[in-house]
Amino acid sequence: MIRLSDVRFCYPTGEFRLAIPEMSVAAGEKVAVIGPSGSGKTTLLNLVAGILAPDNGSINIAGTDLDRATDQSRRDFRITTIGFIFQDFGLIDYLDVLDNILHPYRITSSLTLTAPIRQRALELAEQLGVDTRLKHHPATLSHGERQRVAICRALLPDPKLILADEATGNLDPDNKQLILDALFEATSTNHTTLLAVTHDHELLGRFDRIVDFRAFLVNEPEAS
Amino acid sequence: MDSLYLAWRYLSFYKVRSFILIGCITVIAALPLALEILVNESERQLSLRAESTPLLIGAKGSALDLVMNSLYFSDATPEPITMAAVDQILESDLASPIPLLIRYRTRTFPIVGTTLDYLDFRQLEIKNGNPFSLLGQCLVGAEIARQLDLGPGDHLTSSPEAMFDIAGVYPLKMRISGVLAETNSADDRAVFVDIRTAWIISGLGHGHTDLAKSTDESVILKREAGQVTANAKLMQYNEITEDNIDRFHLHGDPATFPITAVLALPHDEKSGTILQGRYLDQDSNYQIVTPAKVVDSLLANIFRIRNVLDAVILMVGTATLMALVLVFSLSLRLRSKEMETIFKIGSSRATISRLLGAEITIIGCLSGLLCLIIMLLLNHYDVELVRRLFI
Repeated sequence: MIRLSDVRFCYPTGEFRLAIPEMSVAAGEKVAVIGPSGSGKTTLLNLVAGILAPDNGSINIAGTDLDRATDQSRRDFRITTIGFIFQDFGLIDYLDVLDNILHPYRITSSLTLTAPIRQRALELAEQLGVDTRLKHHPATLSHGERQRVAICRALLPDPKLILADEATGNLDPDNKQLILDALFEATSTNHTTLLAVTHDHELLGRFDRIVDFRAFLVNEPEAS
Repeated sequence: MDSLYLAWRYLSFYKVRSFILIGCITVIAALPLALEILVNESERQLSLRAESTPLLIGAKGSALDLVMNSLYFSDATPEPITMAAVDQILESDLASPIPLLIRYRTRTFPIVGTTLDYLDFRQLEIKNGNPFSLLGQCLVGAEIARQLDLGPGDHLTSSPEAMFDIAGVYPLKMRISGVLAETNSADDRAVFVDIRTAWIISGLGHGHTDLAKSTDESVILKREAGQVTANAKLMQYNEITEDNIDRFHLHGDPATFPITAVLALPHDEKSGTILQGRYLDQDSNYQIVTPAKVVDSLLANIFRIRNVLDAVILMVGTATLMALVLVFSLSLRLRSKEMETIFKIGSSRATISRLLGAEITIIGCLSGLLCLIIMLLLNHYDVELVRRLFI
């Protein structure tokens, strides 16, 4: 699903340099990316999402070479193939829950909002337990509910890959487990690949694999 | 893509902010247009009436006060002249004079003391009833009749000039003989009476029981040969009826009775020029004015003020627009997280610009719509508004 080869990236300020000789994630695999702040975890997600272009090397996602794609095709690819989940939820204040879930369909011509999509949005909301809050605005939701809405939004276009950037970072321990349960369940149903940046070491055991970003060492989690 | 939908949701979620933005833009856009409409209508109304009035004679003093009082029945009453001015014009045989005494009011409406010639001159038609033919009768303008729900047979009472002067003239209860048809001019908001009725209102004439035949000695101060003097106990009539009309009388020589102006209608252009020449004498107590020239001079001043107002509006408008740009850019900064999320999800910068453009378009359209409604209303009520506010 994801293959990075000899990727080098440097921000224009030149203060931060990232070099990934080799990294790959199989389809349907749930991978946790760990590492200290500033080690380049979020930069990795942005490279994989095609938001940033590498200075060198190649990035292939689901058979598409992102480093060779144009800006427009990278954006189209991102919105149709990748679902993003943010630490701060990234919900739109002025839209209610249903409109937030449908939001990707309203900001691009690559996706078409149809009646079946609306139906799927309602099903996802029910699956993640926010179906009773469809007409509420994000400010009236709990943190856990907000993140579940964000997951619904990420899953609605039926992406092949979910990128989660500290998705549980703002949640209490109970909610962390609930959100991860929901995320794993939803991604397992469709065999969706999950690449999640996290600082929560107690959650690592639930991933198939952990990428320690400090040394780019790929460690298999100990069999329990 | 649903840029308009998202923009609408944003604007309707932040209702107060959107309303203030729309309000500011509407005011800035509507203000100069409203000013334009009102000034044009003022000009039209002032010019129309002034141009249809050839010459006006009054006491020396402010020509503007004379014109505004005689043509538009304004509160500024010019110094009085006497009916001798009317006689003078009649004797000259250069013009037809119409006396005007515009000083008193009923409620807030002016009472115009004149002759029936005024109705012919202004081409005023009577919608209901008859013209004033007897003392104490009045003819009301269309708007007064509508506003106060009055018709022929109803009554209006003149307002005393000094309410607390117990020795002053009592109000006169006037019977409405008719209602004028609407003219969209100052005549709609005036009450017309015969000049003699206006003199009675002013206290120059009155009605009471015949003292020579009075049996009540307590009202008699003294009796001399052929002359009876009454004391303050003598009851004066405050309404002229068919029964007491014969007992109303004016004291003194009518030629000395006051009027505020004379409308002079020259028989021809040459007569008008000669008539004007007769009032050029520096020692004369009268002035003769051509209302159109006075109004032109007033309009020239209004246009000068308008230019200043336009400049002020332009400056305020520029300052407001700059403030709006600042508010909008600060709002963008506050929304940077939202923009970043939209971009990360897969939107282009152009899409974000389109979204913001849609918000500006909706604000602009709503402001334009509001402005249009204001302009339509103003256009519909401008005649009335100008009359109430300025004339």
